[in-house]
Amino acid sequence: MAVEFSESAKKELEKIRARYPSSQASLLPALWLAQKEFGYVSEEVVSYLSKALELPKSRIYGVASFYTMFNKKPVGKYLVQVCGNISCAMMGAEGLFDYLSRKLGIKEGETSKDGKFTLIKVECLGACGEAPMMLVNDNYYGNLTKEKVDKILAEMK
Amino acid sequence: MRDFPKILSANWGKENSRSIETYLAGGGYKSAEKALSMSPEKVAQEVLDAGLRGRGGAGFPAGRKWMFMPKDNRPKYLCVNADEGEPGTFKDREIMRNDPHMLIEGIIIASWAMGANNAYVYIRGEFREPAEILEKAIEEAYQKGFLGQRIFGKDFNLNAWVHRGAGAYICGEETSLIESLEGKRGQPRIRPPFPPQRGVFDMPTTVNNVETIASVPFIIREGASAYRKFGTEKSPGTKLFCISGHISKPGVYELPLGYPLMKLINEVAGGVINGLKLKAVIPGGSSTPILKAEECQGVNLDYESLAQAGSMLGSGAVIVIAEGTCMVKLLEILTHFYAHESCGQCTPCREGTGWAHQIAKRIYQGKAELKDIDVLYSLGENMLGRTICPLADAASCPIMNFTKKFREEFEAHIKHRGCPQGKPFPVEWK
Repeated sequence: MAVEFSESAKKELEKIRARYPSSQASLLPALWLAQKEFGYVSEEVVSYLSKALELPKSRIYGVASFYTMFNKKPVGKYLVQVCGNISCAMMGAEGLFDYLSRKLGIKEGETSKDGKFTLIKVECLGACGEAPMMLVNDNYYGNLTKEKVDKILAEMK
Repeated sequence: MRDFPKILSANWGKENSRSIETYLAGGGYKSAEKALSMSPEKVAQEVLDAGLRGRGGAGFPAGRKWMFMPKDNRPKYLCVNADEGEPGTFKDREIMRNDPHMLIEGIIIASWAMGANNAYVYIRGEFREPAEILEKAIEEAYQKGFLGQRIFGKDFNLNAWVHRGAGAYICGEETSLIESLEGKRGQPRIRPPFPPQRGVFDMPTTVNNVETIASVPFIIREGASAYRKFGTEKSPGTKLFCISGHISKPGVYELPLGYPLMKLINEVAGGVINGLKLKAVIPGGSSTPILKAEECQGVNLDYESLAQAGSMLGSGAVIVIAEGTCMVKLLEILTHFYAHESCGQCTPCREGTGWAHQIAKRIYQGKAELKDIDVLYSLGENMLGRTICPLADAASCPIMNFTKKFREEFEAHIKHRGCPQGKPFPVEWK
């Protein structure tokens, strides 16, 4: 099914394009915009951006697949990303991940049946002073304990 | 604790430290005005004289880098590297969250010195909050006329934008950052040509770290000699140190360069967590050589002292490791990271990082043989210096140093057919 940007997203894309001297340079911001509009970068989204930016589909897919933050398949309402790198690992990232996995009833890379949560392990998120930490959608949560995790999850309706 | 000079973090505690009003009340944007009354050459010279070195990790003199920019009529670009991906590093995020205007003022000064009319802040995709704070601050700066047309009444125009990455450690490497900014896969370029000759959009470009640029307003306001009052002769000024891992008070601390490493750990950051004994320190981010506790004694946090100790200042990310930590597990984590982040362009890195992780994992799980330790080491050796960008060098660093300095732990995993201590870390997550 073909997709199309909303009117406001179309305007936003025009603004983005004005920031760069080449059409391709607007691709990363355009992919962000598409992900905001459609939730993930589907084949239809690639086709749409290909027309909108006058770039070959292969190039758009090549770029989208290089960057881990562009979702290539649908994710839950809350994308829970747990840092597993060195400082977080030393402060219990594995325990945190297992706890989340048990609590949400999903393994790494899975989405809960109700479509609410997706759980993934990620590399360093640049918040090592608050280890262990996680990123849920756009928000950082640090210095996590079981108690804190319970509270955070309870607030996610 | 003694009070330290605060240059980069001077405004962090202030109420509404992010707003332009707070920044202006503290004398903000006076440096930019002063810089624009000086010749661009004089500004670059002042930064060179101050001895400011690149804070992203390489430590290259910032003023010198600016002077590489040609004096022709092509459009020039400043790219500010806010990709902050080096494990252990979390300082640039604090600058952007607490004092975005200091960064913007630095951008104006640097752009003036290089004749750049366009500046992009390349910020890692996960930093949505700092990106929005910075965007708002840029908007405020436009409204006050510090960005846009005819800044401070001079014949100088400057536009600044925030450009978000999307999850790729490699984009912190300058030519990869440039590729990514052009909307491509973030694969590093072969140099030459260097960015000042042909950078973003094929035009002269300089890429500077956030902390480097944020240090500039002070240097212009107070002068090179005032900056040199802090730090050491060869490493002048202050630096933000990020301390994390097994430490009582993790966080970002601004200290003069040359500050003793053990004093940072034991006094400033409250000592090793839970009163544990220090085992080792990675002093400058995961890509810098690890130092055993005894090697840390007498080491100072500056470029020269750390080089003498066999490591590097890097990004100033001090990762503290307590006794009771399994070094094989740590290497397994780090090799996983580099394998995940290799862009796949150069064979030694793409294959080497992947195999290194598989072997490290096998050793940790007790499924390896003694000769695997040497195979692992040789992978590090063979990646070093054989690729387009330094990611392979960075990956080989922990491989070679961990297997060399903690060989007995690797051997013990093989003999015991697994981790002899049962759990990898001395700190329990609750």
